[in-house]
Amino acid sequence: MLSWTVYSSFIGAAVCALWPNLSPTGTRRVALTTALIGFLAALVCCFQYDVDSEQTVQFITEKAWVPSLGIGYLLGADGISLTLVLLTGLAAITGTLFSWNIETRTREFFAFFLTLIGGVYGVFISFDLFLLFVFYEIAIIPKYFLIAIWGSTRREYGAMKLVLYSFAGSALVLIGLLATFVEAGATSFSVLELIKHPFPRDFQLWAFPVTFIGFAILAGLWPFHTWAPTGHVAAPTGASMLLAGVVMKLGAYGALRFPMTLFPMGLAAWRDEIALLAVIGIVYGATVALVQRDFKFVIGYSSVSHMGFVLLGLMATSEVGLSGAVLQMFSHGVLASLLFAVVGRMVYARTHTKDLTELEAMQLARRLPFAAGTFVVAGFAGMGMPGFSGFIAELQVLIGAWNTFPSFAVVAGIGIIIGVTYTLRAMTKAFFGEASEFADDPAPPLTSITGPEKIGAVLLITATTLVGLYPRILLDLIVPSLNSPMFKPLLEP
Amino acid sequence: MTPVDYSRLLLLLAPEMILVITALAVLAADLIWARDLKDRNRHTIAFSITLFGSLAAVASLMMGTPDPAGATQWLTLGGATTTVKIGLIALTLSALAISTRSPLTSHIGELYLLTLLATVGMLFMASANHLLLAFIALELVSLSFYILVALYRHHKPAAEGALRYFLLGGVSAGFTLFGLSFIYGATGSMAFDQISQQLDGSPPSPLLIVGMVALVIGFGFKIAAVPMHLWAPDAYQAAAPPVGALIASASKLASFYLFARIWTVVLADVAGRGADSSLSAGWLILLAILAAASLILGNVAAIAQTSLKRLLAYSAIAHAGYILIGLMGEQADGIAAVIYYLVTYGLAIVGAFALVLLVEGSDGSDQITAFAGFHRRYPLESFCLLIFILSLAGIPPLAGFFGKFYLFAAALKSGLASNLLFALVVLAVAMSAVSLYYYLKVLKQAYVVPSPNTARRRSDPVLRVVVILMAIGVVALGCFPDILVGDLVADLK
Amino acid sequence: MNSFPLISFLTILPALGTVFLWSRGRHMSAHGVQRTGYLFSGLSFLVVAILGLQFDTSSGELQAVERYDWIPTLGVEYAVGIDGLSLLMIGLTALLVPMSLRAADPTCARPHHFVALVLLLQTGLIGTFTTLNFFHWFLFWEISLIPAFFLIWTWGGPNRRSAALQFFVYTFVGSIGLLLAFLGLFAATGTFDFATLAEQARDGSLMSSLASNLAWADIPIRWIGLILFALAFLGVAVKVPLYPFHTWLPTTYSEAPTAVTILLTGLMSKMGVYALLRLIVPIFRDQMLLVATPLLFLAVLTIVLSAFAAYRQEDLKRVFAYSSINHLGYCFLGVFALVSGSAFDSSWNAEAAAAVNGVVLQMFNHGIVAGFIFYLVGRLEQRSQGVRGINDFGGLRERAPQFATALGVALFASLGLPGLNAFIGEFLIFKGAFALVKWAPAIATLGLLITAVFLLGVIQKVLTGPLNPKWQDFPDLNSGERSIVAPCLVIMLLVGLFPQLLIRFFNASTLRYLAQLGGLE
Repeated sequence: MLSWTVYSSFIGAAVCALWPNLSPTGTRRVALTTALIGFLAALVCCFQYDVDSEQTVQFITEKAWVPSLGIGYLLGADGISLTLVLLTGLAAITGTLFSWNIETRTREFFAFFLTLIGGVYGVFISFDLFLLFVFYEIAIIPKYFLIAIWGSTRREYGAMKLVLYSFAGSALVLIGLLATFVEAGATSFSVLELIKHPFPRDFQLWAFPVTFIGFAILAGLWPFHTWAPTGHVAAPTGASMLLAGVVMKLGAYGALRFPMTLFPMGLAAWRDEIALLAVIGIVYGATVALVQRDFKFVIGYSSVSHMGFVLLGLMATSEVGLSGAVLQMFSHGVLASLLFAVVGRMVYARTHTKDLTELEAMQLARRLPFAAGTFVVAGFAGMGMPGFSGFIAELQVLIGAWNTFPSFAVVAGIGIIIGVTYTLRAMTKAFFGEASEFADDPAPPLTSITGPEKIGAVLLITATTLVGLYPRILLDLIVPSLNSPMFKPLLEP
Repeated sequence: MTPVDYSRLLLLLAPEMILVITALAVLAADLIWARDLKDRNRHTIAFSITLFGSLAAVASLMMGTPDPAGATQWLTLGGATTTVKIGLIALTLSALAISTRSPLTSHIGELYLLTLLATVGMLFMASANHLLLAFIALELVSLSFYILVALYRHHKPAAEGALRYFLLGGVSAGFTLFGLSFIYGATGSMAFDQISQQLDGSPPSPLLIVGMVALVIGFGFKIAAVPMHLWAPDAYQAAAPPVGALIASASKLASFYLFARIWTVVLADVAGRGADSSLSAGWLILLAILAAASLILGNVAAIAQTSLKRLLAYSAIAHAGYILIGLMGEQADGIAAVIYYLVTYGLAIVGAFALVLLVEGSDGSDQITAFAGFHRRYPLESFCLLIFILSLAGIPPLAGFFGKFYLFAAALKSGLASNLLFALVVLAVAMSAVSLYYYLKVLKQAYVVPSPNTARRRSDPVLRVVVILMAIGVVALGCFPDILVGDLVADLK
Repeated sequence: MNSFPLISFLTILPALGTVFLWSRGRHMSAHGVQRTGYLFSGLSFLVVAILGLQFDTSSGELQAVERYDWIPTLGVEYAVGIDGLSLLMIGLTALLVPMSLRAADPTCARPHHFVALVLLLQTGLIGTFTTLNFFHWFLFWEISLIPAFFLIWTWGGPNRRSAALQFFVYTFVGSIGLLLAFLGLFAATGTFDFATLAEQARDGSLMSSLASNLAWADIPIRWIGLILFALAFLGVAVKVPLYPFHTWLPTTYSEAPTAVTILLTGLMSKMGVYALLRLIVPIFRDQMLLVATPLLFLAVLTIVLSAFAAYRQEDLKRVFAYSSINHLGYCFLGVFALVSGSAFDSSWNAEAAAAVNGVVLQMFNHGIVAGFIFYLVGRLEQRSQGVRGINDFGGLRERAPQFATALGVALFASLGLPGLNAFIGEFLIFKGAFALVKWAPAIATLGLLITAVFLLGVIQKVLTGPLNPKWQDFPDLNSGERSIVAPCLVIMLLVGLFPQLLIRFFNASTLRYLAQLGGLE
């Protein structure tokens, strides 16, 4: 069942690309069906997942792949994987819905889109590091085409930058992966096997930062984050949603699954430095978002800031911090998707401008009330308003940080405050512009928000509210997995 | 020296004999019957005979090898060598297949004759267990190639390219001969196993060192490693695409395999294995410098290219760098990785040259910009181009990725402690990130850049079949590397 | 225990109104919208009344408690309940929200959004006053900001936008401080429950958990506690506000539409005082003791400076904004006096009880009086088409005697005239505080004096004196306005004359509260 998330995506991509005479509408339907299948598979797995089992990694599919190198085809999921698989499913559905208006080269768009999704699913459920890396790289290339072909502002530059950064990150990971493989006796790539190997401290001391930073580049760790805003801004809406929504999580997830799990001593040695970078990212991302004129850049930089919380939570290396980080991955995935959907699809596609000053004169709150409402919810949720998923996640991260690096917790709090400021600034400028009450409305009416857009937005809002009000839905999956022996060395250095 | 039993020898060399006979048959058929037919039909006849002969040769290879007892001082048979030979024949055949659609020459019989003789030469290179045989085989191949490059007569630069290729090739042959004779002089023997027995354990004499250096220089020309690479871009550009494909694929496979065997079998003990961290002895350092220079220069120079052929030439130089790293690795895995890499690289490069031929045929240009709008004109071929280029760039799940991965793993397996090898792997990984940039530039033209020239066209079915077969090969070997690697490792161990 | 979750129902009720108005309000007339607002706030009033009737006044314990597991991994449970203090506050909420709706301009743009937001704010307020666990207490505390922000942003005066932003950001900064402090506490103790935290603070285990669980390099434990306290206190100090964290308030109060100003001054500032009493004092008592003198100094500063500032204002709304700061300064004074001593004997108990009762009464009374004053100022402003300078009027008594009487009574109440409600609260605060710490209340009386001066000045300049010819046709109260004025006057008089009516609700709670702080049972 679990593996079908991956297979269905690739099959869907192949159908979109190769099925003869598929109309654009047909393609969209295929894509939506594929996304739904993936999501349902994820959902079913969540229900079937046995929380109480000793064995936290479940739904294991294992086959020898390249036996001479000890490479196995090993799929499985624990609660953390499932959370992110669920997020991917959600992002896939909503991303498809918000890409409903793609008219040029529809088939290719959805082929790349679904390939990307398949790669992302693959990363989240691979327990063989080689396989994980394969999926990780599969997810890189479609991004280039999605951005370069269907993107907007400086799309070719943004696409190239994004892909080269991702690839540079994965190059670091590759080096670490090879070294780990050889160091552990060159017999297996399985996490479940490698975890048993005691890596010497000297090795961990260099292998940890190499692999961690490799992954963290994709997670938008400051100062390796610069690909994120340009890439997200250049990307078409559906792709920005996926990029900010799930692809950035690949980095954080990979970092948790590989360097952090395997190299606890390296982690202990480098923790403070990385946490410092994470905190700088939180504040820096928020500050830069504060001064952007381009609406999409605000959201792009906010992603950097929010991913800083994920990394800070990871570095807290406590149960509460880690579960906060995973929850923040989910939360930011949902919220970033929602924000990009509003900015890219609901606003930009209608007004053809992302300039906040120009938007200010358009009184969008009145002309696109649904978009305004969605942005208000997403914005408040993003600034960590209680009742939404972002709050409970950042709360846990901060608790974790209090235990480990209290001063960083305070600085992160300042980051939240700046976050409030930029959200309010962007929100008021974009939607509640100055002239709204007095001026007559000479502008031509904008196309009203379409059905798919509404469904997508409502889905995401439901997700963030549900998790915000009843986080047990996810915490019950995440926490038992964090208590498994796999994370023991990590939590008890 | 035992007298040679020629009938036995013929039996042992059945595949080579079949190819020689085929070559003569093609020439005869072309000269006798087909002279007055249209070029296309002459190609059809010639290719059919070649196909038949090649299949027979492959069949005789597959049937297994008679016991080579008594011939071991001359030949090595079976095992990995058989795999290499099948690979060589397959690559030659595909290059010939695309040459049927190339306006390369009207000397069709000669074209096939030369190509098949070159193939025989390459098979002997693969089998050679004796310095003299190796050199003769090498020269057979080289001479055939000089003529093949020059055959493209109505292409202006061909003559110049051929001349340069010839002159530099002559120098390289000189160096090789020089090197071989010094090795003979130092050991008093020409059979590989005897030489290696002679060298057992003793430190290299100055004579031997000179010989080895000369040999490296000679082979450096063959495999186009920096600084012996100067002929490659001109020859690639000057040659007709099928010939370019042949030089880039089969010839490289044969040269590297021979080189690898001289390296790991004959000179293993004085080579300074990768595992030895001391660099005082051996020629490891020499290869390392060669590899590093090739990686850097090949990748950096490729960025600046506007002609796809030259880009492929520089990337070939870079790939030689990757492969050299494999040579320094652990013996069995190293050679297996080198073979796997070269076979899959050959598939991709033949495919890419086929597409160059397609575009050159329709647009008369080998510029990268000629590929603008390629996906509109030839959607399927464009998709194959995507596969080839991404495989060259080393993106999973394509074969190029596993090839690189395996090379690096083999290199590191022989000693993580060796700073030199580790540094080389790091450099190679970093350079593969650089390479993605220029590979993506090609794909950008094909997929992103709009072109007025968008009318859909049908490519020639032969080209189409070749390209699709190559693409399937790249994908299949990438997804299931064990098809090739499993047996190779078993044989080599 | 109630079988029916009254408190949860009360919390959700206004939010239901919000949802209803948001989805259906577009098709309703302004009148219909208002009536819907009254309906939901009236229902809330009823529920509060039921709660009040069921309330056992002899017990200081929490009542009508509901507890459910919520996020077991964080030890968070959904816990709500009321004691006398909470009851008084939700009662105040139930009173002021209809008044605010009444004060709203029915002709404003999109009235359904306006009313919906007010009702949402009410949910936030009720939630804040009834929640026993920091986790969702903070949820309500923050959620009330959103409607307030939009109310000011959309329907406020000419500078509404910067005022709204300033309000939101300032308050949020405070909230983050509060959040960080409680996260720090949670990181050390693993609980968000107010009662548990207070219990741990009292028996000293809080400090030892802090010492063992918060990895501060080499900062002594004393300082850890103080830093956490400072962060938490920041939230309250901004919200209420305390000098020098008050700068957002005058602009916000004067730019907000009257209906919202009523809620801001009447209720949202009380959230701060409530948080001070409920969260900060029980948990950070030891830390407050260390810095009691500077805190008292700030409270005195607040009282005196804001009175001065009010005296200097021209704009009526700003006058009363500063006056609001001044009056809440007394609450600070009372609370800080409470924590400035550590000798728990019977006299301490009596004086502290007076101070706490005074603070609670002051919260209620200031809510009523300030809300009422702002309501009247709003009516004034509506009649004068936005003119509200203190010198723009004069002699209104002649044209509008009922209006003048109402405002006059309110102002006298505000300056603490015995017999009116505000007197008793301030009196108790001063009585208690003076016994506990001498110097601060002594200086603070200066504030009382200045307050009297400027309030009398308002009366003189606006209500009496020669009639400003501009206001020849100044209309008196109409029947709709009387429906607000009359009950307010009644409440002010009743509470002023019979404070026991209110005190009996929370006296037991106050005693229990003091017992929890370490006083006598």
